[in-house]
Amino acid sequence: MAVWRPDPTFYPSPRLAMKAPPEKLAYVVRLNPTGDGRGDALCVVDVDPQSSSYSKVVGAVEMPYTGGELHHFGWNACSSMLCPNAPHPHVERRYLVVPDIRTSHVTILDTKPDPTQPKVVKVIEPEEVHERTSYSRPHTVHCGPDGIYISALGSPDGEGPGGIFVLDHDSFDVLGRWEIDRGDQYLHYDFWWHLGYDTLITSEWGTPRMVEHGVLGDELLAAKYGHRIHVWDLHRRRHLQSLDLGSEHQMVLELRPAHDPTRAYGFFNSVVNLKDLSSAIWLWHRRNGGWAVQKVIEIPPEPAEEDQLPDILKPFKAVPPLVTDIDLSVDDRFLYVSCWGTGELRQYDVSDPFRPRLTATLQIGGIVRRAGHPAVSGPLNGGPQMVEVSRDGRRVYFTNSLYLPWDGQFYPDGIRGWMVKVDVEPDGGMRFDPAFFVDFGDQRAHQVRLQGGDASSDSYCFP
Amino acid sequence: MPDPGLWAWPSVVGLGLLHGLNPGMGWLFAVARGLQEGRAGAVLRAMVFIAAGHGAAVAGVAALVLALGRTATQPALLVLSGVALLLFSAWRLLRRSPHPRTRFRASGWEMAWWSFLVATAHGAGLMVAPLLVALGTPQPSAHLLHGVASGGLQLALLATLVHTAAQLVAMGAAATAVYRFVGLAVLNRAWVNDELVWTAALALTGLASLVAGAAPRPTLGL
Repeated sequence: MAVWRPDPTFYPSPRLAMKAPPEKLAYVVRLNPTGDGRGDALCVVDVDPQSSSYSKVVGAVEMPYTGGELHHFGWNACSSMLCPNAPHPHVERRYLVVPDIRTSHVTILDTKPDPTQPKVVKVIEPEEVHERTSYSRPHTVHCGPDGIYISALGSPDGEGPGGIFVLDHDSFDVLGRWEIDRGDQYLHYDFWWHLGYDTLITSEWGTPRMVEHGVLGDELLAAKYGHRIHVWDLHRRRHLQSLDLGSEHQMVLELRPAHDPTRAYGFFNSVVNLKDLSSAIWLWHRRNGGWAVQKVIEIPPEPAEEDQLPDILKPFKAVPPLVTDIDLSVDDRFLYVSCWGTGELRQYDVSDPFRPRLTATLQIGGIVRRAGHPAVSGPLNGGPQMVEVSRDGRRVYFTNSLYLPWDGQFYPDGIRGWMVKVDVEPDGGMRFDPAFFVDFGDQRAHQVRLQGGDASSDSYCFP
Repeated sequence: MPDPGLWAWPSVVGLGLLHGLNPGMGWLFAVARGLQEGRAGAVLRAMVFIAAGHGAAVAGVAALVLALGRTATQPALLVLSGVALLLFSAWRLLRRSPHPRTRFRASGWEMAWWSFLVATAHGAGLMVAPLLVALGTPQPSAHLLHGVASGGLQLALLATLVHTAAQLVAMGAAATAVYRFVGLAVLNRAWVNDELVWTAALALTGLASLVAGAAPRPTLGL
């Protein structure tokens, strides 16, 4: 797999990545909630507006096993291969690493020679993951300078601790557990890093037992879900610091550090505040040689009638925003916030990370709102969830399913899966592209990855 | 045998320039540190430590050649260097060992150690060995250093210094060009994969050394 020059989609710095040519294909995982025996699939969507098959699914590869649930996925190699302290530049960005959050398989797909027809080239069996790492339910994939890092929610028996394990870049062998000293970390969910500060950050959701059968109301009200983020020494693989938001801020999910490696801050979200059902966006940042957190955005719930609400929300007579995904543009200027409950995508200008400014809002779906889309008539359900931003920041894509066991609790009449696209004005402002609407029908879609990399796939060692 | 000084010294310098220009061997790290800290002084400081680590790797091999030179003849040393190079080339081809890694915020000494490991894994010192052997006075006697006892040490030191200086100059040129003028956009074009080419160069040098050492010498028939 060695090549003469670095892959042209490896960019030394975010500034160079912003100048990348627009993506022509998007990879999206498609989930089968019907229980009819078909597996989940990796779909290929045409996102080239000049193409005759624009907005169509032009390829799909079913997973070679059933009973799983696809969720997040990543590349085998990306811009961090250019990091000079651990370089690995002469490889191709070519393989998609697709973990299964239910069965713990990890499937490797080759997107060459034909990127619209990926092929399964390797399946890492759950037993191998369990034996070599003691982890289970893999979640986030990031290509690091010294291996492919994957986070996991917990242990094979459904409890904890959760953590990170590493695959070999070239052979995809499971090398083992990443943590040498985890301190008091027990819950796990997402992770990412500041390569310029040799620091890794992890977040907390719940153990597999706490999430796989829907949200457990009594454990939620007892504040048992995650409410901390953890800071780690990336090189020495040791826990340095935990930062507690306060136990009322339940479920700390997606981590989005600034792409510029000299900027020591990042954004993350908490899903539901037990006091008032609001969601919040927080900033982690460096202070006095250590790290601190600060709430920078609060999004309130919207009042609603009991008969408009699913059983789980009836007592509260309100729709919580349920912010469950965020994404930061490659120039660290705009933060996109998905409100899955209220059915909104929000755009904030975060040029000053401590004082975000709301610049645009789009409404679609939502538990009560059921807002529609220019391309289709009638109400839509589900809500903005997995959001992905193009490298140049001009296009944003998102899908509407959260996680099958939880979809059913908040949208009990089922979710019609869709994927939409937003065009972004250079100085803020969003519009739906009326020509782009991918209808997945009774299937659901989750993470989107853009060909050549996107705003949450690559990390950079140069500013 | 042609005067080794004709091609050996330029080779020592040439190798230094080549190592200096290779992005994976130091200048890119120095540039990254300069950009992270926002000052050119950081680039220079990093380069000095990296060159020192590289020099130490070369000095190590030079010292070994020196020590062996006390007991072995020049032809024997040439054969030994040749065999070592060929074995090393084979190891590089077969064993896919990863590039040495260190943390991004490495201290000066950590960068020097990293550079030492990179140079060793690259075979920098080993590549210089036949040149050092060839530069030693070609005495027909059994002991290489007979009659030039202190000259050998000076030679080894000089060769190491010249090689390291050449590396520093090349690193400085590359780092300055990228840091001040051209920027990082060239990296995708300019970072050529020298793995196979370099391994081939190592093997060829090994072969040449082996042949030079094993070739019959009519003038030595004593």
